Formats: sequence, C-alpha cells, structure tokens
Amino acid sequence: MTSSAPRRKIVATLRRWWRQLTSMRTALVLLLILAVAAVPGSLLPQRSLNIEQVRAYYEANPDLAPVVDRLWGFDVYASPWFAAVYLLLFTSLIGCLVPRLRDHVKSLRTPPPQAPARMSLLPQHRELPERLDPDRVAKVLRHNRFRVTTRTTDAGVTLSAEKGYLREAGNLLFHFSLLGLLVGMAYGSLYGWYGNRILVAGEDGAFCNTLQQYDEYGLGPNVDSTDLPPFCLQLDDFTAKFLDNGQPTDFIADVRYGQGGEAPQDTYRLEVNHPLELDGASVFLLGHGYAPVISYTDRYGVTQVSTTAFLAQDAQLTSTGAAVFPDANVDPETGEADPDAEVAFEGILMPTTPEQPPFTTSVSPEADNPGLMLVTYRGDTGLDDGQPQSVYSVDAEQIADGSLEVVDIEPKVLSLGESMELDDGTTVTFEDLVPYATLQVREDPGELFVLGSAVAILAGLLPALIVKRRRVWVRVTDGGTEMGGLARTEYDGFAEEFDRIGDALSHARGERPKTKIGIES
Amino acid sequence: MTTDPALADASNTAFVAMILLYAVAMFGYAVEYAFARRAKTVAAPARELVTAGGGTGPASPEHVDESEEDDDAPPPVTPGVSFRQAVLAGRIALVAMVLGAVAHAASLGLRAAAVGRWPWGNMYEFIVAVSLVGVIAWIAVVAKGWVARRLSLFAMLATVLMLGAATRVYTEAAPLVPALDSYWIAIHVFAAIVATGVFMVGFVTVVLQLISRRYAELSARDAVIRFPMTLGPRLPLAEKLDRITWRLHVMAFPLWTFAIIAGAIWARESWGRYWGWDPKEVWSFVAWVVYAAYLHSRATGGAGRRWAPWIAVVGWAVMLFNLFGVNLFIDGLHSYAGV
Repeated sequence: MTSSAPRRKIVATLRRWWRQLTSMRTALVLLLILAVAAVPGSLLPQRSLNIEQVRAYYEANPDLAPVVDRLWGFDVYASPWFAAVYLLLFTSLIGCLVPRLRDHVKSLRTPPPQAPARMSLLPQHRELPERLDPDRVAKVLRHNRFRVTTRTTDAGVTLSAEKGYLREAGNLLFHFSLLGLLVGMAYGSLYGWYGNRILVAGEDGAFCNTLQQYDEYGLGPNVDSTDLPPFCLQLDDFTAKFLDNGQPTDFIADVRYGQGGEAPQDTYRLEVNHPLELDGASVFLLGHGYAPVISYTDRYGVTQVSTTAFLAQDAQLTSTGAAVFPDANVDPETGEADPDAEVAFEGILMPTTPEQPPFTTSVSPEADNPGLMLVTYRGDTGLDDGQPQSVYSVDAEQIADGSLEVVDIEPKVLSLGESMELDDGTTVTFEDLVPYATLQVREDPGELFVLGSAVAILAGLLPALIVKRRRVWVRVTDGGTEMGGLARTEYDGFAEEFDRIGDALSHARGERPKTKIGIES
Repeated sequence: MTTDPALADASNTAFVAMILLYAVAMFGYAVEYAFARRAKTVAAPARELVTAGGGTGPASPEHVDESEEDDDAPPPVTPGVSFRQAVLAGRIALVAMVLGAVAHAASLGLRAAAVGRWPWGNMYEFIVAVSLVGVIAWIAVVAKGWVARRLSLFAMLATVLMLGAATRVYTEAAPLVPALDSYWIAIHVFAAIVATGVFMVGFVTVVLQLISRRYAELSARDAVIRFPMTLGPRLPLAEKLDRITWRLHVMAFPLWTFAIIAGAIWARESWGRYWGWDPKEVWSFVAWVVYAAYLHSRATGGAGRRWAPWIAVVGWAVMLFNLFGVNLFIDGLHSYAGV
C-alpha cells in the first residue's frame, strides 16, 4: 500500500499539469508564442524558399550563419522548436476540445435545465398578469426554434427553452478542422514531392521526370524516387510581353509533353495561373530568364559550347551566371588534361544593353540588344573533384585559394555573335541567347483534405462567432405568468429579443404570431 | 489591355477632391469634438424638461451618454465657438465625409475603368481601397448609432494617415503583372481589403477604448491627466467601446480567414503550393493568430480581458507591418511592380 502513495502523487501532478496545459490561458499564451515563433522565418532566408539566398547569407555572415543554422534559423518551419510550439498548442486544443465535445453531446441529449427558483434574479425578467396557456407558449417558443421542455409541478407549469446550440457546434467544428488541416498538411508532406527545373528552350533542354533532372527537389519521407510519374517535358518557345516600363503583362511557355514514358508530343500553353496537370502531378510556371550560348575555342582549336541559364537579378532581367569549361585545353592527341588550363567565365547578361556606360544593368527585360560582359578565370575549376558546385557562379573557394586566377584582359561587352580573344590566343564567343522557363513540378496528395478542412474551418467559424446561446424560462401559475431569460454568451441584443418574445407570448393567447422573432442577428 | 490616360487623370482628380473633403471633415469633427461640450450644461436641463413632460419613457441612449459626460468637472470657459456652431461643424463634417467617400469610390472606380481591371493590383490601390472600406465601415458604425458622430475625428485621422502612406507608394495606372492576372484577384484581394478596412476601424475603437479606460483610472485616483488621456472625458465608456471593438473584430476575423484561404487556393494555382511560408503568408498567419488570441482573450477571465485591447493593438501593428514592412523591406512572392 505504501508504494501507491508516490504514484498517486505523480498522477496528481500529471493531472495538474494536464489541466494547466489544456486551460484557455495556456492556449492563449501558446497562440502568442506561435505568432512570435513564425516571425524569424520571414526575416531570415529560408532553404525551402530560396536556397541561393541562404548561400548568400553564409557568404555575408560567415561567423553568424553556422550559429543561425544550428538553431534551425534557415528551416524555421521545419524546426523542432517551431513544431514543439504548435504540437503543444494542438495537444492543449485536444485536451480542451474532447471534454467540450462530450459536454456538447450531453447538452444536446438533455432537455434545457429547470428554471431557477427566483426568476426575478435573472438578467431578463418579466411578469404578465394573465395566465398563459403552456401549450401555446411552447408552440411560440418552438416556432422561434427554441428547444422546449415542459415540467409540471404542484406550483404550476414551467417551460425551459434554449437555443443557439449551433454556436458550440460551430466552435467544435472550427477547432477540429484546425486539427484536420494539420493532418492534411502532414499527409501531404509525407507523400508529396516537388522538383524545380530550369527548362531551356529547344530539344536539347527537354527532360524526363527523374530526380537527377531537377535543379532542386524535395521528396516526402514516404516517397521513393521510383514513385515519380513518368513524363517528359520540353520547352518549345517562351513569350514574355512587357510594357514600356519593363512591367511584364504576359508569360507564355509553349511546352510539349509526353505521359507514361512517351516522348514529348502533346502541346500545352503553360501560363502563370494555368498549371499543366500531368499523371497526378502539376507543372507550374514560376519564372523565366535567358540562357546565353557561349562557345570557347581552346589552344588546340577545339570548340566547346555551353548553354547555361543566367539568373535574373532585377526586373529588367539583368542576369548573372557562369559558363565553366573543365575540359578546356585537353590535348586531343594525347587526351591529357592540363589541370591549370581549365577555363571558366562568370558574367553579367543584359537583354538590352544601355547605350551609354556603365554597362552593368539592362534597360529592358526584352532581348532587344543583348550584351554579355565576362570575367575570365583560368586554372583548376574544382569540378573534377566531384565537389558539388553552383552552376550559377564560379566556385568562390577555388578563386580564394588561388586555384583559379583572373585572366587580366580589357573588359568588353560582347554583343550577339561577337567574339573576344584571350591572352593565350583562345577565343570566347557569345553565340546565341535562348529563353528558359523556371518550372516547378509538384504532387501533394494532402491538398484536397486540406481544402476540405479549410472550408470546414470557415463553416464552423461563422456560427461560433455569430450565434448566441440563450435560455428562456416561462412559469405559469394560477397567479399569472413569469418569464426569465439568460444569455449564456455575450449578447447585446438579448434584452430586445427577450422583450419581443414576451410580447409574442402575451399575444399568443389568441392568434399565432405573424413574424418569427429571435433570429440571430 | 491598355491604359486610358484621361480616365487615369480623372481618378487622380477624384483622389485630390477626396483628400480635400476629408480634410474639411476632419476639421469640422475637431471643432465639434472640442466645442460641442461647453454649452451642454445649458442644453441638458432644457432637455430634461422635455422628457419630464414626455412621460415615463426611458431616456434615449444618446441622452444618457451625454449627461454622464456632464458629471465631470465644471465646464471650462472656452472662448470662440458656440455649441450651436460646433454642432453645425459636426454636421458639415458628416456631409464632407460622405461626399469624400463618394469621391474616394469614384477615384477607385475611375482607375478600374482606366486600366480595365479590378482596382487593387498594386500597393497604392490596395491602401486606397482599404481606407475606403474603413470609411464606409465607420459611416455604418455612426449610422447604426454605435458611436457619436464627433468620434469620426479619429476615424478620419486614421484614414488620412493611411491615404498619406498611399501617396508615398503611388503607382501609375497600369495593367497587371501576369501573376496577378486571375479571377482570384477579385476574391482573395477583395476579402483582404474588406477585412483590413474593418480591422482598421476596430483599431480606432480599441485605441479610444484604451484612452477611455486609462482616463477613468487616472481620474479615479485624481492623478494628473495628460494628452492623449485628456481626450477621455469626451469619449464613451470603455465598456461600450469594448463591445464595439469586439463586434468589429468578430466581423473582420472570418473575412480575414477567408482571405487567407482564398489566397492559399490561388497560391496553389499560381505558385504550385497552397502554403509556402512566403513572408506575406507568414505575416498574414501571424496577424490571424494574434487576432485569434484577441478573440480568446476575452474568454479567459479578468486578466485576459484586461490585456485583450492590447492584443488587438498588436494585431493591427502586425497588419501594418504585413502591408508596409513586408512589401517594402522584405523580398517575397508578394512583391509586385517594385512594391
């Protein structure tokens, strides 16, 4: 028996903690903590939104970034501490909701409670000299959609009426739907996947739906790379229309797609707000830009071509990017590579080069007068080590440790078709400019469930806020009729409603009331 | 889809007319607020005579409202404006406010006609539309008799400040960027505008509520009353303002919920996902959570009720940051046409 004493203590403590957690005040505090916890994710760059910005943050704050990263600062919404807040909140919610659901079911199954002995103490009270017919009273109250119970005692007949049950029902629906929302989101992230892909126009740019083909992707934990639906996509043409000030008005990606492993043949006009639905996955047009075609002719006269997407930096599509030729200056006779003669270019692309210097920013997003300004690096690009590198820039570490050196030549803006000779007699040519589209392919099987929950949230919220719960009692004795009313929730208009009910009842001896009263305002 | 410059100019002219009318309204309300009180000691007994002769009917709420204000210290002797003139100023102000709202609506309508689309495609238009909703909601609040006309001074002040901010981000009338070119702009942005406008009016009443409450506390212990608490004697009781604030938030919260849901559906069509923690989404979520906290706070006893108005103030601060901070300082998917 002695061992049960500490156990009882533990149980009592746990129960106290549980009661504390499920109290409304705790929920309120947790709500405010959740609001605060969501903020850092909008101030720090997030991996899920823009990985390039996270990289830039690392470069700008090399000391601070690892600390921020260790605190999940770049993955706030996937962080354990953010999850802790909302899981605690939802636990508190369940602890609050389950008893309330039980109570509500109980109150739906029990008749409205007995009238208080002294009705004059109620906030609303009225006495009528005449003795009303209880059946008629019940009829009027029911007509106004009250639940009515009649109890007969020696003293007389008492009617208890209550309405506004929809308020609690809506309240419960709202909060349970919040849980549903969370479940739907969780399901979607477990079984969903996405991939981002920059698709350069032309047959060479085409890709099929495998993970290696994506620049960036995310698979839910329960999705295997073989689960991806087999389809292929190709960008035929990209049209962007702009106003004179550079504001875009239309983006149209003419794509060609093939489902079930077939080669791309069906065409679709992919636009923003008009996704392409494929094999359960959806293809979205997220952005666009230009990929310059750059060719490099090396010391042995071998020409290599690179078509690399340059990333837009501003609304005029001034873009930056890189073209790396790790196989440059390989002796075609011996096949021997000179590790110090690899070549990389980094530069700025201007779709419309300004007439006057500085030649650093484009004046229009349309490719009216394309210009390419390149910085040349020679040395070891670091690509042969198999180290993953950004394709949009030349590896900064290789430059920093001297593996890559800047080739010192007069900077020059290359226009379309123009070449530039480097100090070792090799040439680089700006061959062509092709558009690209940034696509996202995504499948989220939780979507519909989330949508349903969201609709239920609204459907529950409205009655929870608008409907008022109130009770009316009528006691009919030989001496007359007494009525009392109590609004169980804040309800400014209850006095007026009570008066109207009283008026309707005193008329109820004769004809039925013509107008229905007591409809929720 | 091109812009009609004549209509766009007409829209700007209506904007100027609106500002002038609101300025007149603000001045008139200020006169009424400051001077309509002095003569009331004269007016009140006269009215009591009438009610005494009128029978046993309950005093009108307006009457109770005014006489309770007269219980304060004896009226200061203020030179200049008579009671009658002050009331006249208030009436003129009301007319100017309503006409201003008409010019306001015309400014938006003409812009819509000029560009052939819904008139909320950039930040400037959004703020102008939000303030219009705010003014209309306020006119409704006054018309319903929830608050006295003279309190429009504060609603006008809030509106003019918002419109002043709008001129800082003025954008020429122009067609939409592709991402906004969807029928969802009518649904999502409209809901966000209406919700924001009503929240704005709720913010006005909650600030008045806080001033009124603080004034009551200070005067209860004979403390020195400084601005803005000096506005207190002319304000309704804090409890009354509390109920009005509550009603406004109860109206705005489901609208805001709907705006977020509609936004999520649109985001699914446009960006491929319904929720991606884009900065605008984050701050809309934060505002939703804060306002949800406000709605809950009144159900948590005395302490909760005491903090409730402050939570509503924080809610509006978040809304403002969501509008200005996120658009101007944080780069995100909701950044359009520079703003």
